Amino acid sequence: MTDSMLKIENLHAEVEGKEILKGIDLEIRPGEVHAIMGPNGSGKSTLSYVLSGREGYEITRGSVSFKGKDLLALEPEERAGEGLFLAFQYPVEIPGVPNTTFLREAVNAVREYRGEERYDALKFMKFVRAKLKELGMADEFLKRAVNVGFSGGEKKRNEVLQMACLDPSLAVLDETDSGLDIDALKAVAEGVNALRGPERSFLLITHYQRLLGYIVPDRVHVLSRGRIVETGGPELAEKLEAEGYAAYVGEPEAA
Amino acid sequence: MSERTQTVPLAPGVARLLGGEAAALPGAGLPWLAERRARAAERFGALGLPHRRLEAWKYTDLPRALKDRDYRPARELEPVSLDAVPALTEEEPLARLTFVDGLYRPELSRTEALPEGVRLLTLAQALEREPALLEGRLGALTADDGGDDPQQALLALNAALIDDGLVLLVEAGVTVPGRIELVQLGGLAAEPVYHGPRHLVALGEGARATLVERIQGLGPTGSLANAVTEIRLAERASLTHLRLQEAADEAIELATTRVAQAAGSRYESFALTLGAALSRHELLVTLDGEEAEVALNGAYLLRGSQHGDTTSRIEHRVPNTRASETYKGALDDSARAVFQGMILVERDAQKTDGRMLNKTLLLSEKAEIDAKPELEIYADDVQCAHGATAGEIDSDALFYLRSRGLDERQARALLIEAFLAEAVETLSDESLREPLLERVRAWLSAAGERGRMEKESAA
Ligand SMILES: Nc1ncnc2c1ncn2[C@@H]1O[C@H](COP(=O)(O)OP(=O)(O)OP(=O)(O)O)[C@@H](O)[C@H]1O
Ligand SMILES: [Mg+2]
Repeated sequence: MTDSMLKIENLHAEVEGKEILKGIDLEIRPGEVHAIMGPNGSGKSTLSYVLSGREGYEITRGSVSFKGKDLLALEPEERAGEGLFLAFQYPVEIPGVPNTTFLREAVNAVREYRGEERYDALKFMKFVRAKLKELGMADEFLKRAVNVGFSGGEKKRNEVLQMACLDPSLAVLDETDSGLDIDALKAVAEGVNALRGPERSFLLITHYQRLLGYIVPDRVHVLSRGRIVETGGPELAEKLEAEGYAAYVGEPEAA
Repeated sequence: MSERTQTVPLAPGVARLLGGEAAALPGAGLPWLAERRARAAERFGALGLPHRRLEAWKYTDLPRALKDRDYRPARELEPVSLDAVPALTEEEPLARLTFVDGLYRPELSRTEALPEGVRLLTLAQALEREPALLEGRLGALTADDGGDDPQQALLALNAALIDDGLVLLVEAGVTVPGRIELVQLGGLAAEPVYHGPRHLVALGEGARATLVERIQGLGPTGSLANAVTEIRLAERASLTHLRLQEAADEAIELATTRVAQAAGSRYESFALTLGAALSRHELLVTLDGEEAEVALNGAYLLRGSQHGDTTSRIEHRVPNTRASETYKGALDDSARAVFQGMILVERDAQKTDGRMLNKTLLLSEKAEIDAKPELEIYADDVQCAHGATAGEIDSDALFYLRSRGLDERQARALLIEAFLAEAVETLSDESLREPLLERVRAWLSAAGERGRMEKESAA
């Protein structure tokens, strides 16, 4: 029965009394890559936060199941342990916490959750160095405080590094391609492609067709005003690139 | 301050101490000392306990804390072992003086490894065997038996009952090749005791030393300590002074430290405040010679209904001196901290560089910080800055960590540790940082334990 990775049904969510998500339906199967595109303010990041369990969102209707479990009943850290990963649109700076410490604590926390042994300092360094190498990142990333003073692109690559380390079943990438130069974009795409496999799914939130040229999605959805208004194959992204969202944002607001 | 009201009574438990105990105190046979004690007792009787109507005591209500408490001088030697006092670092201290409830314990002390030019002994030993060592030194900085500032009344109380303490004298040019530990254990007496340690440190020209004060509660008894430390640094002398206050939960821990610095000297202090029901650490530093430098840093971690007060005053008296002060704290439950810091720059003290920063994390809605950083500047060519902030844990950072698998407790602990680490990293002796961070972590994990127990009992 769990040949579904993520199943969102009629999801409604409010922020400060204002309804942002107005009935989302979305199903992702293991191994699939889905993309969500949509105008600014349509609710893409809100969806990613609701999935990862951020405070401040009230779910008024609907359900989300993740690998057969009721996702909305889990704490954020339990969702991470279950294998959900969110690459933030705006990664958070944490002064005073070295990136290594952060990564080690995170990796060990999810390993513990999954019934695996914690890595000691030495094993962890081996592990993380290998990941850095795979992603073509410098060791220097590890010493600095989490995202503090990182350039926009470095922050996004740090998200990809965390994703690679945490071995998620479903990774939601919220505009991880925004603000990247061409080489960095390729590197991020390669990072994602390297992780693709029959058991791992991706939800890519993006404004640009370019990313989808590197990571070819199985499905593309258009999110507008809190609803998925169209779904198609990779060609839908090309159509949006050419025509914009005019056809979708013009729709009348349902009461 | 002409106010001479008699309306603030001595707490009865403290007043009783002043009657008739002097005969049992060390150095009782020395006429000058007896006279000094009597004078100080009289002064303290006139000044009374410092109370909240005095500017410097606005946020710490000592009379109230002492109201229903009763104290007697320590007499019994409680059985104790140093096993209860974990080693600070892998490197053993060069020497150690241990006091239990204010009483010196030679069997727990070690002074044999000291090199030439370093004198380390107890105040009682000095009073009894070599009173000349103390001449011109004891009370020279504090004028404790004659002062008439009611805000400094604790100096008079200390002088009236002066008992024992550490005396460290380092001759010019000598570097003490290891740290000296002053271990003060408490909480073990059957009934609450009063002790008024008096410590004297004098470093000669170019001398260097590290003094680590460890105040640790080993039992539940809430005693009252009223310590006074006098530190004199000659030209180019350098002292690192670490103070770990982990007194018993019910203890009242008062300490006044007076530092006088000659030209080119350096005093670096780090105070970690974890223990006691009520504590006050008051530092008064005067920079009396050019190129003198002082760093007063610290961290306070308080919970329950603990009250921790750090009050400091740095006086720049001559040109070209430097001061930096960073105190950070985390307050949980209904704990309350006070940070009062004054940097005074006198008219001649041009080119002063003075910086003061106080930051507090409030971990609960009921926690409170009263911060009062102040600059008083009479020179015109100076660089001074001060700031104080208080806030909660960054909720974005907390969510970020939780989304990576850390539970709320781990995430909070990591963020609080990082916040406090900034203060700990001011310590120039890196080997002392880790033991401090360990204590921070222990405090944080104790919070986690408590949280877990509360959750379980609620379930
Ligand atoms: N905390 C909040 N308080 C009030 N409104 C909010 C809050 N968070 C989000 N919103 C609103 O919800 C809507 C959706 O925001 P969201 O960030 O999900 O958009 P988005 O699709 O990710 O946009 P972008 O492409 O610009 O990243 C916006 O109108 C936004 O202003
Ligand atoms: Mg967004």
